[in-house]
Amino acid sequence: MTAVAPLALPTLPAAFQQSNVDYIAILPLMIVFGTALIGVLVEAFASRERRQAIQVTLAVVGLLAAAGSVILAASHQGLTMGLTDGATNRQLFALAVDGPALFMQATIVLLGILGVLTMAERFGGVGPDAFTPSGASTPGSATETAAARAGALTSEVYPLTMFAIFGMMLFPTTNDLIGMFVALEVLSLPLYILSGLARRRRLLSQEASLKYFLLGAFSSAFFLFGTALLYGYAGSVYFGDLSKAIASGPLAMNGLLLPGAFLVFVGLLFKVGAVPFHAWTPDVYQGAPTPVTGFMAACTKAAAFGAILRLAYVGLDTGRWEWTNALVLVAILTMVVGSVLSVTQTDMKRLLAYSSIAHAGFILVGVLAFDRQGVGAVLFYLVAYGFSTIAAFAIVSLVRQNGAEATHLSQWAGLGKRYPVVAGAFAFLMLAFAGIPLTSGFVSKFGVFSAAVDTGGATGTVLAVVGVVCSAITVFVYARVIVLMFFSDATDDAVEVMTPSVSTTFSIAIGTLVTLALGVLPSALLDLADRASLFVR
Amino acid sequence: MTAMSTVPWLTILGLVPLVGALVVAFVPGSAENAKRMAIGFSVVTLVLGIVAATQFDRGSSAQFQLGEQYSWIPQFGVSYALGVDGIALVLILMALVLTPICLLAAWHDVPEEVGTRGGQRVKTYFALILVLETFMVGVFAATDVFLFYVFFEAMLIPVYFLIGRFGGPRRQFAAMKFLLFSLAGGLIMLVAVIGLYLQGPGGTDGFLIERLTGLSIDPTTERLLFVGFFFAFAVKAPMVPFHTWLPDAATESSPATATLLVGVLDKVGTFGMIRFCLQLFPEASTWATPVVVALAVLSVIYGALLAIGQTDMMRLVSYTSVSHFGFIVLGIFAFTNVGNAGSSLYMVNHGFSTAALFLFAAMLVRRRGSKRIPDFGGWQRITPALAGIFLVAGLAGLALPGLSTFVSEFLVLAGSFSTQPAATVIATTGIILAALYILLMYKRVMTGPKPTGLVGQREHDRLDEPGRRGLTAVRDLTTREKLVAAPLIAAFIVLGVLPNLALNVINPAVDKTLSHVQQAVPTLNPAGTVAEGSSK
Repeated sequence: MTAVAPLALPTLPAAFQQSNVDYIAILPLMIVFGTALIGVLVEAFASRERRQAIQVTLAVVGLLAAAGSVILAASHQGLTMGLTDGATNRQLFALAVDGPALFMQATIVLLGILGVLTMAERFGGVGPDAFTPSGASTPGSATETAAARAGALTSEVYPLTMFAIFGMMLFPTTNDLIGMFVALEVLSLPLYILSGLARRRRLLSQEASLKYFLLGAFSSAFFLFGTALLYGYAGSVYFGDLSKAIASGPLAMNGLLLPGAFLVFVGLLFKVGAVPFHAWTPDVYQGAPTPVTGFMAACTKAAAFGAILRLAYVGLDTGRWEWTNALVLVAILTMVVGSVLSVTQTDMKRLLAYSSIAHAGFILVGVLAFDRQGVGAVLFYLVAYGFSTIAAFAIVSLVRQNGAEATHLSQWAGLGKRYPVVAGAFAFLMLAFAGIPLTSGFVSKFGVFSAAVDTGGATGTVLAVVGVVCSAITVFVYARVIVLMFFSDATDDAVEVMTPSVSTTFSIAIGTLVTLALGVLPSALLDLADRASLFVR
Repeated sequence: MTAMSTVPWLTILGLVPLVGALVVAFVPGSAENAKRMAIGFSVVTLVLGIVAATQFDRGSSAQFQLGEQYSWIPQFGVSYALGVDGIALVLILMALVLTPICLLAAWHDVPEEVGTRGGQRVKTYFALILVLETFMVGVFAATDVFLFYVFFEAMLIPVYFLIGRFGGPRRQFAAMKFLLFSLAGGLIMLVAVIGLYLQGPGGTDGFLIERLTGLSIDPTTERLLFVGFFFAFAVKAPMVPFHTWLPDAATESSPATATLLVGVLDKVGTFGMIRFCLQLFPEASTWATPVVVALAVLSVIYGALLAIGQTDMMRLVSYTSVSHFGFIVLGIFAFTNVGNAGSSLYMVNHGFSTAALFLFAAMLVRRRGSKRIPDFGGWQRITPALAGIFLVAGLAGLALPGLSTFVSEFLVLAGSFSTQPAATVIATTGIILAALYILLMYKRVMTGPKPTGLVGQREHDRLDEPGRRGLTAVRDLTTREKLVAAPLIAAFIVLGVLPNLALNVINPAVDKTLSHVQQAVPTLNPAGTVAEGSSK
């Protein structure tokens, strides 16, 4: 038996060293976390009548402040929250505040504002309309009725959302696997709760929540196990150490590296809903309260892809081994399964869920370009997709029959004739998802595909061709929705579009306008995404 | 090499209809008013187009003129660059002429609905046609490949809504089929567009056509890129076997939509072949010639045979177009000056002749309430004037000497004979078939015994009360219909007698395109005969 040369295991620093923290650089994170904590206090101390108003204001102000502080943080980029080991000159920093991280933070915060505003829709009631007044009670039980009669409201959704946003912002910023795991949990746990709080069709919602929780717990376990294996390989959880170890480590240790990297990716791909880790997506998207679905679809995707980018570009050196082939396969599967299965959907929320799976595949194509251009394209894609998605789900939440959301496709027939503005906006968003020119969807697809063809070689070209074919398939799906809304006659006049309050109107309008603006004049954001596309190591 | 213009003529030509569309759609007022405004905007656009054409220097029509260029998405190498050479100019003018004619013909296409939203529906219809006009100008004027692609795809959306909302009973199916066929072609082209950019010099203006002309691309890559572009254009044109969407789309849409669809939009396919396939991939174009020519001849014959067999008037007209597009493609891939010029002129003439066939047939259909040819017969006795213009349109469709289509068909065949003799001989039989489908249709619709139960308006007025019993009066041409017909017939005659009006503008542009091909493929001799010693 030949002895495997042991890796030089890092020795702990001899003396205590204080970690360096650049507080300006982490200001956005702190603001959001602080707002979430204050939200919990408001929940405990504010009176029921004023709680909704206070919570919404607090959340929006907190997020706006965080957005502003991202600009401050932009001039304080670099590794932070840690120390440089004097003896070995290793960089032991927990956070990497760099271009992609800050870009993602700003994106998540801005999308979060729209998400919170959509959740705040009351339709004249006391509390947020989409959420049940007592989430813990059995659906249909006396407790539930009593809670509703007493005027209970679920304003804790706002602090929960803020915690989720904090986790999402942390996710692409962490510079080590343990930090990434913590962020993953911080963002996931509030989402599990939020998914189960739908006011109507509560059993479906609770089922969604449980499924999401169980599968999410599984994927977290995968991630953690992968982290352990990678620690065994590199002797460190820091991405810097990891990539150094991969660049210099002996091949005999690949038995730890390969499964480790694979399992860590499973955890991340689960969050973006990539095939074959997508099974939760349609159920959770359908069961969760629609504003939560929109928020989740836009922001979780942005956060998780931010994390995937960092892991793929910083943590796992690609020079020496071909782990990317598995990811290529995942990307192709994701695009094909997402687009083909979306064809057969009859429920609007499930349709959008499969569409989000297909989009995850398109974004993966950009990730696989392994180039600065690809990073920029992915960042742009996430912004464009996020704004369109939030607006689309906000519109879905407005279409009602007898007060309940009318999500079956047949209920949308003829909507364009009676509500031309809302249906027109939705049709426009559909065209954006389909990638028609002069919408943001086209520019984002062009960005990822051209990055793939440019630097991905033959694999990239194949990915782009598959992506294009899948786009053509999804066009059918979106065109069918337009056909239903505009070319068909209404079967049931009971379906109506509720008149939204200012907050939802604002979300829909901003989402739609951004979709148009990024389609017509994308160069400013492309430029920003390009400048933000360098990782600090 | 684009000659810049101080006045952004082409942008203006695109903007005026767009503004018009917004005004028509959103300014409150009666539907009648909206229609008038729509016509007004399209006429203003036409006038501006004519003024712009006078700024065009015919002496150097090989260059892009009236140019504008701004950086649009520098990260992708995309410019907002417009400019026209001779071919693009005549096609734009054709589109600008056809739009007001179609709007006028579309006056009663959308029935006024009872209720508050009835007017809105009419407004939407007219506004969509104006939006389409914007994109039509853009797609012919774009001198940036990416910009061309944007217009090429964006154009589908107004047409999709025009067919799907304002069409016949199977309009949903037709609209979906149209969209899927076109987008499938377009998306394949998208990959080729990306690939082409990577072959070029790149940079912030790397999508400009002039930057992408004359590249030395590795032959395999060039052929793949060519196929990507050609596929999209063949679907658009439409060539057999990618033509099946056209009869459905043209039959189910309103006559004005069908006219713009077949008359202008489909020209983007053949225009694209000249502008992109020949100019950017000359070597691959000659490589693909045998297959393309075979498909072209197949389209000529197959389209004509199918046309003969149709009983639906609109379907018949759309199949004649499949046949005619075969001629156009044959002329383009003949690689001779005469053939290419003939094809370019054919595009213009076909625009007018198809418009005439569709719109005049629609006048009959409106009167009879049926599109089926067997439902007609003997109509020249009750609507003589309509029969007259229908005959002229038909004769233009079968390329009667003296009418404009004859010149272009002759040029295509004469130009193709030197390089593709066999194909030309077979295609020539298409002319005979054309006579067959046109004259048979005319015979079945117009001649024969007087239709029972119908009577011409004038005769109806002369009859007394008991004599009128059981008879329905049919009006001959109304003033509005005469206004629709007059410019089209004038175009047949003027361009038939004085084809040089257009040819002088087209020729230099054609020469330039073919000189690009000859540079890449020296054995080719665009003047006509195959060069000595070349083995083909």
